[in-house]
Order: sequence, then structure tokens, then C-alpha cells
Amino acid sequence: MSTHAPKGVGHLRGDEPFPAAAKVALANPQLRRNLQHATTTIRGKSGRVIAELPDWQELRSAGSALKAYTMANLPRLLEQLEERVTAAGGVVHWAADATEANRIVTDLVRQTGEQRVIKVKSMATQEIGLNEALEDAGITPVETDLAELIVQLGHDKPSHILVPAIHRNRSEIREIFLREMPGVDPELTDNPPDLAGAARRYLRETFLSTKVAVSGANFGIAETGTLAVVESEGNGRMCLTLPDTLITVMGIEKVVPAWQDLEVFLQLLPRASTGERMNPYTSMWTGVTPGDGPQSFHLVLLDNGRTAVLADEVGRQALHCIRCSACLNVCPVYERTGGHAYGSVYPGPIGAVLSPQLTGVEDNASLPYASSLCGACFDACPVKIDIPSILVHLRNQAPHPRSEKAAMAAAAYTMDRPKLYERAQRAAKLSKLLGKRGRGLPPPLNGWAASRDLPEPPAESFRDWWRGR
Amino acid sequence: MSSKNLILRRIREALGESPEQPEIPRDYRRGEAPVDLDLLVERLIDYKAVVHRTSDISDTIKRIVGDGAVVVPPSLPDSWLRNVRFIRDDGLSQDQIAAADGVVTAAAVAVVETGTIVLDAGEDQGRRILSLLPDLHICVLRPDQVVASVPEAIARLTPGRPLTWISGPSATSDIELNRVEGVHGPRNLHIVLVEETA
Repeated sequence: MSTHAPKGVGHLRGDEPFPAAAKVALANPQLRRNLQHATTTIRGKSGRVIAELPDWQELRSAGSALKAYTMANLPRLLEQLEERVTAAGGVVHWAADATEANRIVTDLVRQTGEQRVIKVKSMATQEIGLNEALEDAGITPVETDLAELIVQLGHDKPSHILVPAIHRNRSEIREIFLREMPGVDPELTDNPPDLAGAARRYLRETFLSTKVAVSGANFGIAETGTLAVVESEGNGRMCLTLPDTLITVMGIEKVVPAWQDLEVFLQLLPRASTGERMNPYTSMWTGVTPGDGPQSFHLVLLDNGRTAVLADEVGRQALHCIRCSACLNVCPVYERTGGHAYGSVYPGPIGAVLSPQLTGVEDNASLPYASSLCGACFDACPVKIDIPSILVHLRNQAPHPRSEKAAMAAAAYTMDRPKLYERAQRAAKLSKLLGKRGRGLPPPLNGWAASRDLPEPPAESFRDWWRGR
Repeated sequence: MSSKNLILRRIREALGESPEQPEIPRDYRRGEAPVDLDLLVERLIDYKAVVHRTSDISDTIKRIVGDGAVVVPPSLPDSWLRNVRFIRDDGLSQDQIAAADGVVTAAAVAVVETGTIVLDAGEDQGRRILSLLPDLHICVLRPDQVVASVPEAIARLTPGRPLTWISGPSATSDIELNRVEGVHGPRNLHIVLVEETA
């Protein structure tokens, strides 16, 4: 049985390959302006607060080693986490894939008899398509993170790990609110504090009256059974505090060995992510606390292809990701195409290595090529994931067209034989017939030239020049 | 086979017989460092908290809340609340807490480097809902609760308790990736930093 994430459920596979989707995105100048503005802003903020720490590189090394240690000891740490959460009054469930996770959560909500859940932004629940599964069961999921709300109200898809509505600017957000938000003030301006205030008023009653919440988790501490959610707005605190029942869906790779290890990740994550010394709110809870917060707590541990990633010795470091999105913000490809072109909920450089490994590379074969291999993502990663090396590794695994192998074999044969090589060089001059920059190449070679320029052949080859001296 | 056993078996197969055990280099700054209260104040203000340095706690709280009524946790000292209208939390309803003009709590720990206060639901801080629903949060902080760095804060805290790390009032980075204050949590955060009297 395949250990990859199953087809037909969740959001790890796009409708079309990256080059086709990117072409559509590149034709949208407003999208490019929005992305360039946002990524430039965040790079500046993040760079300034990282420069304040004299030991940033030492923290990165510790974070990287902690993640490698976690992967090497995953069975023991997961069982320890289960034991501690259970001892503290929680219930732990194991989900082999998206379908099973959706069924577990849906059943848990059904058992409460409630028709509506409030949600904290969570990549894991987006990955498994939990909202669609809940809706199919007649349960309304309400996204409470501002960016998720913008995406949900705009009938849109998320395009960034941290800021799913990064492709929208303030005036577009205002238009979505005016069109879709019941009871919104028609005089609403596009001033960001006014937009935030509109979301506050809109969601307040929902927070106070909903009995079940669904969250993800940034960290799950094996040693203590403590779960942590890192956020900004307070929607997380609302969901983690007010309801009677809390259901947390966490990827198995999110476990952290010991309480002390948080001292590393709580310094790395906010500075790399939102470019803050610390995000406004971080909530930590251990099972159930009598008289404070939800009195029923469920933790769903999710595989959904993660064990397949773990089986690849080069690719497994993609599981070290702490979802900060720094690699997206520095990527020249992401900055131009945006997140939708990647097809998966995990866009950008980390998505280009994570999505193909979760689904099997044949289902996301174009993503390892969605990069110029410039290496900016590796430098920006707070846990030092070597994304460029994984990209090259996955390119070798991706299916290659047979014509490519034939062309390479022909080139090797020619270069081994000097006479043949000379004739080929002379023939290259005829390439003028192929049009400027190779745009007139016949198929299948025109595919290569669609995103690259064929260099102009020189007027005279070295051999000709040498002979004519 | 249960899903638990299936997942654990997949992991063991993926890792092989004896996976390499990496050493964890902890060369980053740890251990006690001197506390710079001026820097703490600077960092708090930078993230839009209002800071009051005072030796008269109740007078300062009175000036912030005026005639408004605040909710307070079970064992917040009475001496902090002279002339202040307050309702003590003895199991108040959600609506009663939401209707208050503010909340006054103590804190467990504060971190200079990040401008963070941490609440651990102790008797002078109360359950988490108290500091969440009112639009004004006044937090009284003693200098001996302040540490220089995140590792020192982690060492002081007890993980079994519900912990809330707060760095400035509720904010969002979701609109064009700039920080904007004022979403779902308290929009006004006042820190009363108690000056030691000679």
C-alpha cells in the first residue's frame, strides 16, 4: 500500500502543471504589484529583527539539529506525546491519511451535536480539505484568521503559508468585505485598522456562541504533552479558550522533544515569519485544565504522506519546516507567480519540495522545476533546510520525456567525435533559420525555448579562427 | 492493524535499523543575563503597549480606568484597587466578562528582549478568558518577574499550566504584511511596571 497522500481528497495537487498556471499569474500585473510590495515589506522587517540577535546562526544550527533528532526518534516521541496528553485529560487519535483525519474530526463534531465550528488558521486542515469534509456533513466551518476570512469570503484559494490573502491589497479586501460580509458598514474605508475592526465586529458573536473549535499546532512537546499555537490577532486565543470542545490536528513531524527546546523555536519562528521580535499571542495548553478553557480536548496526529517523505534520506529534511514562510518571501519565482500557481496549499520553495514528496513526485512533477536554484531559500530558512539540493534530487526522480534522453545521448555521441562536432558547430549557424532566440524551434524543442533564450551562435567558431590565423 | 500501529510501522521502516542520532549544539545565549528595564519599556512601547512606571499601583490603575468597572482574578490584591470599581471573578459568565470596561491582572514572567509578558493562570492572573474578552488589559509587573531572554523565561515557567505569551495588543500582519493593531484580543494593553521604593 502506498504511503503517499491519497488522491481525490485535500489540496496537495493542482489542476494544471506549474508552467501553465504561472503563465496565467504572470499576466496579472496587479497580483505582481501586491506580491512585490508585501514580500519587500516583510524582507525588510525580518532582516532588521534578525540582525538584533548576535546568535542567530547558533539558533539556526540548534533548530536544525533538534529537527533531525526529532525525526530520528519519531516513534518514541509520538508515543510519549500521546501518553502525556492522555494523562492530562486529552484524547489522542491517529490518522494515516487525509480521509481518516477528516472522518475522525467530523465524527467528533457530530458527537457534540453542533452544526458550526470555529477554526484557527491551520495548514494541516487545509492540506486535508477538512472544510469541504465538514460542509459535506452539514457542518459550517468558520475561518477566524483575518487572511483566511478574506479568502473564504472571496471564494478564493490561499496563496501563502502565513498570509493566505497576500495576493490581495487593501482596496480589494475592502471590496470583498463590502460585497460578502453581512452587516458591514457601507462607509467602510480601505484603511487597514478599519478593515481589522470590521473583522472584529463580524466575528465577535460567532466566537461567543460556538461550542466547538478546530485548530492546528505549531509545536507539540513530547516531554510534557503541551501544545502551542503561535498567532497575532487573538482569534487563536478565542478558539482555544471559549469553546467546550477543542480538536487539534497536528502533523506527526511537529512534535518537539522537550519543553526546553521551545527556547530555540520561539526565537526562530516569529523573526523569520512575520519579522517580529515576538508575535502578539502564543497560547500553550496541556490537556484539560478544570475551570479554564475547553473541557474536552482531542489531538489528531496526521501522517498523510509524511512517512513517505521520511523514507527519502535526502528529501526528509523537508519535514523540518516550521511553516514560517521566509523562503516564499525571498524567492524570485514566488514573488512573480504568487502561490496559486503551485497548485498545492504549500507554495513557494518549501512547497516545491514538500508537495511532490507528500503526493509522490509523479503527481507534482513540474514543481521541482519551479525554481532557479538561486539558493536564497536555503539562506533564509531558520532551520537550515537545504531546499536547492532537494529540488535537484527530486528533478532526478521526476519522469523525464524520452526525447530528452535521446537528445542528450546524441549530444554525447557528437562531442566524443571531433569531426562530427565541427560539422555540428557549422550547422549551428543555420539556427538563424529558427528565429530570434530560438522561438522558431520545432517540437519538442520549442518546449525548452518557451521559458529560455537560445544563445546566438558566434560568427566564427574557435576552430575556424585557429585554422585561419 | 490500528492506524497508530500502521503509522509507527511506516516510520520505523522509513528510518531503517539504527538512525543516526545527531548532537544538538546549544551554542546560543543561555543562562542569566542582566535585566535592562529601560530596554523592556522601549520594546513594549515599540509594539504599542502603554507603559506606566510607578510606585503607586492603585492610583495608576484608577487613572487608566477612570469610572469604568474592571474584572479581576480571585486573588488580585485589594490594595491595587483602591477607589477602582471592580468585579471579582468567582465564576462570572462570559457575558459579564465581555461587558467589563477592562481587566486587571498580575503576570508570571516578562522578557526584555522581545517585550513579552507571560500569564500562567495563577490566582492573581485568573483563567484565560478574563484577559481575552475585555478591550482593555492592565497588567501589573514587578521587576523581579522580568528576565532578559526567552530561554530564561522558558526555564521559569511551568508547562502544565495554561500559558499565554502577550507581546503588545492584538494585531495582524494580514493586510500587505504590515503590523496593524486591533483585531480580536484586547486593543489596549497597559503595563504597570512597579518601581521599587527605597
